[in-house]
Amino acid sequence: MGRKLLTEHINVEGIDTFEVYRKHGGYRSVEKALKTMTPDEVVEEVKKSGLRGRGGAGFPTGMKWSFLAKPEGVPRYLVCNADESEPGTFKDRQLMSKLPHLLIEGMITSSYALGANTSYIYIRGELLYVLRILEKAIAEAYAAGFLGKNILGSGYDLDLYVHPGGGAYICGEETALLESLEGKRGNPRNKPPFPAVQGLYARPTVVNNVESIAAVPVIVNDGGDEYAKIGVGRSTGTKLISACGHLNKPGIYEIELGVPVEEFIYSDEYCGGIWKGRDLKAVVAGGSSVPILPKELILKTAAGEPRLMTYESLSDGGFVTGTMLGSGGFIAMDETTCIVRNTWNFSRFYHHESCGQCSPCREGTGWLEKILHRIEHGHGTERDIDVLASVAKQIEGNTICPLGEAAAWPVSAAIRHFRDEFEWHIRNPQEATRPGAVYPGKAVLV
Amino acid sequence: MAKITFDGIEVDVPDGTTILNAARTIGGGIVPPAMCYYTPLKGSGGKCRACLVRVAAGSAKDPRPMPKLVASCVTPVQDGMVVENTTSEQVLNVRKGIVEMLLINHPLDCPVCDQAGECDLQNFAFEHGVSTTRYEEERRTFEKIDIGPLIQLHMTRCILCYRCVYTADQLTEKRVHGVLGRGDAAEIGTYIENIIDNEFSGNVIDVCPVGALTDKTFRFKQRVWFTKPVNAHRQCENPKCCGKVVLWYKGKDVLRVTARKDQYGEVKEWICNTCRFDKKETSDWTLEGPAHIDRSSVISANHYELPVLNAQVIADLPESSLRDLEQNPPMRLGN
Repeated sequence: MGRKLLTEHINVEGIDTFEVYRKHGGYRSVEKALKTMTPDEVVEEVKKSGLRGRGGAGFPTGMKWSFLAKPEGVPRYLVCNADESEPGTFKDRQLMSKLPHLLIEGMITSSYALGANTSYIYIRGELLYVLRILEKAIAEAYAAGFLGKNILGSGYDLDLYVHPGGGAYICGEETALLESLEGKRGNPRNKPPFPAVQGLYARPTVVNNVESIAAVPVIVNDGGDEYAKIGVGRSTGTKLISACGHLNKPGIYEIELGVPVEEFIYSDEYCGGIWKGRDLKAVVAGGSSVPILPKELILKTAAGEPRLMTYESLSDGGFVTGTMLGSGGFIAMDETTCIVRNTWNFSRFYHHESCGQCSPCREGTGWLEKILHRIEHGHGTERDIDVLASVAKQIEGNTICPLGEAAAWPVSAAIRHFRDEFEWHIRNPQEATRPGAVYPGKAVLV
Repeated sequence: MAKITFDGIEVDVPDGTTILNAARTIGGGIVPPAMCYYTPLKGSGGKCRACLVRVAAGSAKDPRPMPKLVASCVTPVQDGMVVENTTSEQVLNVRKGIVEMLLINHPLDCPVCDQAGECDLQNFAFEHGVSTTRYEEERRTFEKIDIGPLIQLHMTRCILCYRCVYTADQLTEKRVHGVLGRGDAAEIGTYIENIIDNEFSGNVIDVCPVGALTDKTFRFKQRVWFTKPVNAHRQCENPKCCGKVVLWYKGKDVLRVTARKDQYGEVKEWICNTCRFDKKETSDWTLEGPAHIDRSSVISANHYELPVLNAQVIADLPESSLRDLEQNPPMRLGN
């Protein structure tokens, strides 16, 4: 049974209230940090923990914090990125709605470490019910003296606000999020300058994911070294995985990083295997933007080693035979899944969500979707697959923000691993477009 | 100062200079193309991705190459940086792709477009594109949008460079137009059929790199390469207007008035709508002489010559025409 650091008390009745949360050891990290530690010491603990950003990029959180510019007399900000909207990723909303005080505690401790006196939780606009939960919890924290002026008599002040987003996936990109928070259209900014130097209102800003911030109280309470003992190699601590698709037990699981993928899919502790006793066909391991992998490569690396739920193991082999841990949006597909239809569906999403600011993404995402739509509906041509791969390549790496890659990678990977299924669609349009049609062959790894 | 190597040429530029502007100090054909960057407009650039370059070495301190191509118009130089533009096959291939993307939703209606001959996309496609497209899906089209009596918005041609939005934002008060929608459904719009009506609105025509925003008082009157650009100025009462313009002549008629542009097609100073739309008589202006047109434009490729009339033609001319020719000889302009 793996350790639960964030979700240990998630099922305690009333844990969303200050009183019950406090009774279960809540806000200890605030007391410890504000009364016994300097901000630099808190940053040091986070560095020692090896915590990597849980939003998808996996950048070391402590290192990110140490990049924050600290000019004299200039305010700086901590912004929590709660704009979770990637298909397949639904862990943060659970954390926020069930354990709002854990996030608030993390925000206070993190803000103290960064010297921020005003912090924001930028939440997905559609999650209005979670916003209400957070606002209630923030009011409780203010009333208990954990927010506001002179917190716990330490001389440290912090105001915390929740801001609903504009209902656009792009607002989860950190610079588009900052633009949106400033009241502007959610378009990503060119980098440099990076937010750590010029972020919200052109001030130094750190943007962290909900889960990353929620891990900070644990790290401060137990020490960074203790946290780093969990996991494998540079993948330390625990990770929330939102598992969905053709699984017997889809849901949100807190795992210790390093659990074998096979165990995660098939053991009763986690997903309990593929539904209806069917065979696994493919997995998207880290949210819809990461490359899809066929069963053979998601369970074992190309070298035949067991694939682990870690940043390094999942990316082993690069994009030729590997993928990414990403945000932990684990989508399992059984043998009846049509990969072409699935890829088209992902493309529809990215086409719809592209902000349209830069030309490769604006034009390219639509082009990908239209070709995939044709192939899926039996109007594909022989050259379409190569055009698809080429257009994805033209988008990848040439856009302002990572949405371009997010749109391109699923397409490139689907062609890389399931090219024969695309060809079957094109060569057998009548059979392929029949309701319930399933590609009869096996995927060929290229 | 920072020393950078751009396509093998070393150049010293002040700190904070962007890679594109560093290349412009060298000049010539190695300068990356720019569709959205516009020097006088703060915050412009980085969107069209036409100016992507490869940074083979980040700086002297950290000589590692940058992992992705970078937009040269918004990336500042660092001392010791090594940049590849025309020398990088990868960059040239990406430019082909960018042209192909931009031409998906920009019709090749150059034969009927007023921007033909002055179009940045036309030049960009000519220099970096290919003559065919692999795109065979449905393209987006728009009904004509009325944004007032002076400017024609032709959204079908818009490439979403945002220049006009920055212009309106930075040059005029009470901006009424911006970008609506997102992705390839994004469009320049005035939000509930407003009109653009302020004293500097005409500058959005000058900054538009394609024919999406054109001068309603000039539309369909003449191809630009048949007109003659002449520098002129006047004492404009508007303190924000420089009063320095280019008059575009056809014969003795001024067909349009524009701000003066530099060799990269960017206006040197802004002009007001009174100068642009209301002063179309030669007598309104102090003429300075032929305007120099650069950037391998078809306008400069044209050689303006006095008409050569042979004896037979002169003999057949009516007397009034002969008198007119003697009194108002066509100007000899150009190279």
